[in-house]
Amino acid sequence: MIPELGHFALILALGLALVQSALPLAGSLTGNRTWMATARPLAYGQFLFLAISFACLVQIFLTDDFSVVYAAGNSNTLLPGVYKVSAVWGAHEGSLLLWAFFLGAWAASVAAFSRSLPVAMVARTLAVLGMVSVGFLLFMLLTSNPFDRIFPPPPDGRDLNPLLQDPGLAIHPPMLYMGYVGFSVAFAFAIAALIGGKLDAAWARWSRPWTTVAWAFLTVGIALGSWWAYYELGWGGWWFWDPVENASLMPWIAGTALIHSLAVTEKRGAFKSWTVLLAITAFSLSLLGTFLVRSGVLTSVHAFATDPTRGVFILAFLGVVIGGSLALYAWRAPAVSSGGRFTLVSRESFLLANNLLLILLTALVLLGTLAPLIYEALGLGKISVGFPWFNKMFLAVTPFIALTLGIGVVSRWKQDDGARLVRQLRIALGLSLGVLLVSLLPVFSGGRLWVPVGLALAAWILLSHLTSLYERLRHKANPGAMLADFLGHSRSYYGMLLAHLGVAAFIVGLTMLASFEVERDLRMAPGDSVEVAGLRFEFEGTRPARGANYSAERGRVLVFDGERQITELAPEKRTYFASAQTMTEAAIDAGLLRDIYVSLGEPLEDGAWSLRIYYKPYVRWIWLGALLMACGGVLAITDRRYRTATRRVGVPATAVPARA
Amino acid sequence: MSKSRKTLTYLIPLALFAVLVGFLSYGLTTDPRKVPSPLIGKSIPEFALPALMEPTRQVTQEDLKGRVSLVNVWASWCPSCRAEHKALMEIAQQGRDGSFQVIGLNWKDERDLALEMLRLFGNPYAFSAFDPDNDVGLDFGVYGAPETFIVDRDGIIRYKHIGPVDEEVWQQTLSPLVEELKAKS
Repeated sequence: MIPELGHFALILALGLALVQSALPLAGSLTGNRTWMATARPLAYGQFLFLAISFACLVQIFLTDDFSVVYAAGNSNTLLPGVYKVSAVWGAHEGSLLLWAFFLGAWAASVAAFSRSLPVAMVARTLAVLGMVSVGFLLFMLLTSNPFDRIFPPPPDGRDLNPLLQDPGLAIHPPMLYMGYVGFSVAFAFAIAALIGGKLDAAWARWSRPWTTVAWAFLTVGIALGSWWAYYELGWGGWWFWDPVENASLMPWIAGTALIHSLAVTEKRGAFKSWTVLLAITAFSLSLLGTFLVRSGVLTSVHAFATDPTRGVFILAFLGVVIGGSLALYAWRAPAVSSGGRFTLVSRESFLLANNLLLILLTALVLLGTLAPLIYEALGLGKISVGFPWFNKMFLAVTPFIALTLGIGVVSRWKQDDGARLVRQLRIALGLSLGVLLVSLLPVFSGGRLWVPVGLALAAWILLSHLTSLYERLRHKANPGAMLADFLGHSRSYYGMLLAHLGVAAFIVGLTMLASFEVERDLRMAPGDSVEVAGLRFEFEGTRPARGANYSAERGRVLVFDGERQITELAPEKRTYFASAQTMTEAAIDAGLLRDIYVSLGEPLEDGAWSLRIYYKPYVRWIWLGALLMACGGVLAITDRRYRTATRRVGVPATAVPARA
Repeated sequence: MSKSRKTLTYLIPLALFAVLVGFLSYGLTTDPRKVPSPLIGKSIPEFALPALMEPTRQVTQEDLKGRVSLVNVWASWCPSCRAEHKALMEIAQQGRDGSFQVIGLNWKDERDLALEMLRLFGNPYAFSAFDPDNDVGLDFGVYGAPETFIVDRDGIIRYKHIGPVDEEVWQQTLSPLVEELKAKS
C-alpha cells in the first residue's frame, strides 16, 4: 500500500509540474494575472506530493519492506536505523527522488520568499523550475522508479554498500544535492529574466542570496565527501580527481565565479550577459555531473548505477534544457546593454580577471574529465588523464587566483589608481615577501619550492584582507560603531572576509600536506615498533570484535612521542554479514596541526599485518577552509539589504542599473 | 563590433555545447569498460624488458607462449590495483596446475615500491615485466592501470578488460574465456 501511495504521489507531482511549467509562463506572456497567480500554489502542491512520496520511501526502508526492489537491493534488517534512512539515497533511484524532493523544496521556498518580486518574474521563475522538475520526474517514472515491486519478495535485503554505512556519507549526498539543485534557482531567475528581456541590478539582487546558499551547501557537500574518502577508503587521500568528484567540483567553481559576477551586476550593473551565462553554466554543469555519474559514459570508482537507456534519456534532457537555454541566451543577450563602465584598474577588472581564471579552471577540469572520451572519439587512440595532469593544471591557475584576490579586495569600484593600490598594499606585500623568503630557507621548506609559494600566497590573502578591514574600520569613531558595522550593515562584507580566509586556510593545508606528509606501508608483527615522522608506533596485534551488522579484527597501535604515549589507535578490518564485503576502518588521531592515521592492510602469516601508517600535517585545514567558505556564504546572506528587500512588500523592485 | 558579429559571439556557448553533446552521444555508444582494443586478434607486441624480481633477466613475448596467460597491468601507486590484488591471488592459485599463468606488467612504477607491495600482499605473478617508462605499455595501448589482457597459447590477444578484476568479472567473463582457450588446440 505504502509503495503505491508513494508512486501515485510521484505521478501527481509530475502532473502539477507539467501545469506549473506551462500555465504561469503562458500567463506571463499574455498578461493573464490569474494564470500567473497559479504558480505559487502549484509549487506548494508539487512540494507536498514530493514530500509524501519521499516519506513513503523512508517508511518502506524503516519497515524493511523488501517487496520493493530498491529497498531489497539497498537495505537489510540488520542495518542500524540511521543507515536505513540514509540508505534511501544510497543508490540511483532514491538519490533521484531526493533530488526531485529538494527541487520541490527550493521551488516552494522561492514561492514563499518572493513577495517583493514582480508577479510575472515569479511566474516565469517557477515555470522554469517546473520544467526542470518535469524532466527529472519523467526520468524517474520512466527509467528508475524507486517504488517498483518484486514478487515473491526476498526474505532479506542485499544491504547497503558498507562504504556508505558511515555518518559522513549519510549527510554528504543531501548536502551535495542541495547545492546542485540550488543552482537551479539562479538558473531559473536567469532564464526568467532572459524571457522577460529585463536583466538589471534587481535581478542580480534577487538571485544572489539563493546562489550563495546553494553554493554554501555544495561547499559543505564536497568537503564532507572529501573527508569521508580520507577516513573511509583507508588510503588517506582526500581528493582523487575522479570523474564523479570532478562532476561536483565543476559546478562549484562555476558557482564561485557566478557569486562574484552577480556582485558586480548588482552593484555596478556590469557583466550582465556574462552573469546570465554563468548562471546557465553552473546549473548545466550540475546536470552534466548527474549525466556523467548516471550514464556510464566514463568509468569511475564511484559509478554505482550505470545504464545506457538512462544515459540516452539524460542526454536528451541535457540537450533540451542546456541547448534551449543557450539558444535563448544567443537570441536575447545581444540586446542587453553592457551597463556600468569601468577602467582597467578597478574592482570590476580584478573580479573579471578572477572570473576568467575560475572559468579557465572549470574548463580544464572538464577537459581532463572528458579527455579519454574526446581522444577516442577523434580516433587519436587512448589516453588516461591522471592525478599529475590535474594537479599541474590546478597549481598553474590557482596562484593567480590568490594573487588577484588580494588586490581585488582593497580596490575600488569603477576607477582606481595603481599608485594608491600599491601604497595601500605595500605592507601586506612586504610581509608576504618576507614569508616567502623565510620559508624559502631549507630549515622550513626542506627544499620544496611549493612551501614558500603556498605560504606566501596564504599570507598575501590574509594580509590584504586585514588591510581592507583596517581601511574600513579606521574611520569608525568608536568600538560601538565598529560593532554596529559588523552586526547590522555589512554582513556581506564580513561574510566575504570569512570565506576568503577559508581560501587562505585551504592553501595552507594543501601546501603543508603535499610537502610534508609521510606515508609508510609496513609489515608489522605483534610487538613490532617503528618510527614514522619522529613518532614511535607499537603494534600490539589484533583481536576479534563485533558490531551490529559486522564482525571485525581490531588492531591496537600505541603511539609515542619520545617516552610519552600520545594516543592509542584501533584500526579495524570489518566483514559485513549481509554482503560479506570487507571494509577498512582507519583509526585517526586528529589534530589541528597534524593527523596520525593508521589503517590495517591485509593479514599476513603469524598474526602479522600489513599496516599503513600515515602522518598528515595540516590536513584538517583543507576542510576547515571549506567550512569557513561556507560559513562566510551563510553570513553574507544574512545581510540586511536582502531582508529589507523581502520586507518591502508591494514596491516593484526595479532598481535602475548604476551608470558611470 | 557589427550587429551580426555580436550575435555570432553570443552563439559560441551554444556551439561549444553542441560539440560536447556530440562527444557525449559518442560516449553513450561505447562501453568504457569493454573498450575494443585494436590489438584483439593480433599477436602481442614484441617486447624485451627486465623482470621485476630479477633485474638482470630479460623477459620477452616468447615467455608468454605455450600457455594461456592473463597479462595484468599494475602499479603500486594505483588503488584499484590493490583492490584487485586479492582476486588475482585467488585466480593465480587456480592456475597453479599449469593450465594458465598470470603475468604482471609493472607499469610506470618504481621497483622498490612495486617489490614492497608484492612482499606485503603476496605475488600472484609468474613474473612481472618492469616497464617504468611506459615503453611497452604504449605498444599494448595501456589506457590506465589496472588492465588485464587474455593471451592464448600462440601469443594472440583475445580479450582486454579495463578496470579491476573481481570475483564477478572472473567468474562471468574471464574464466569462461580462459577455459575455452585452454580447450583449444
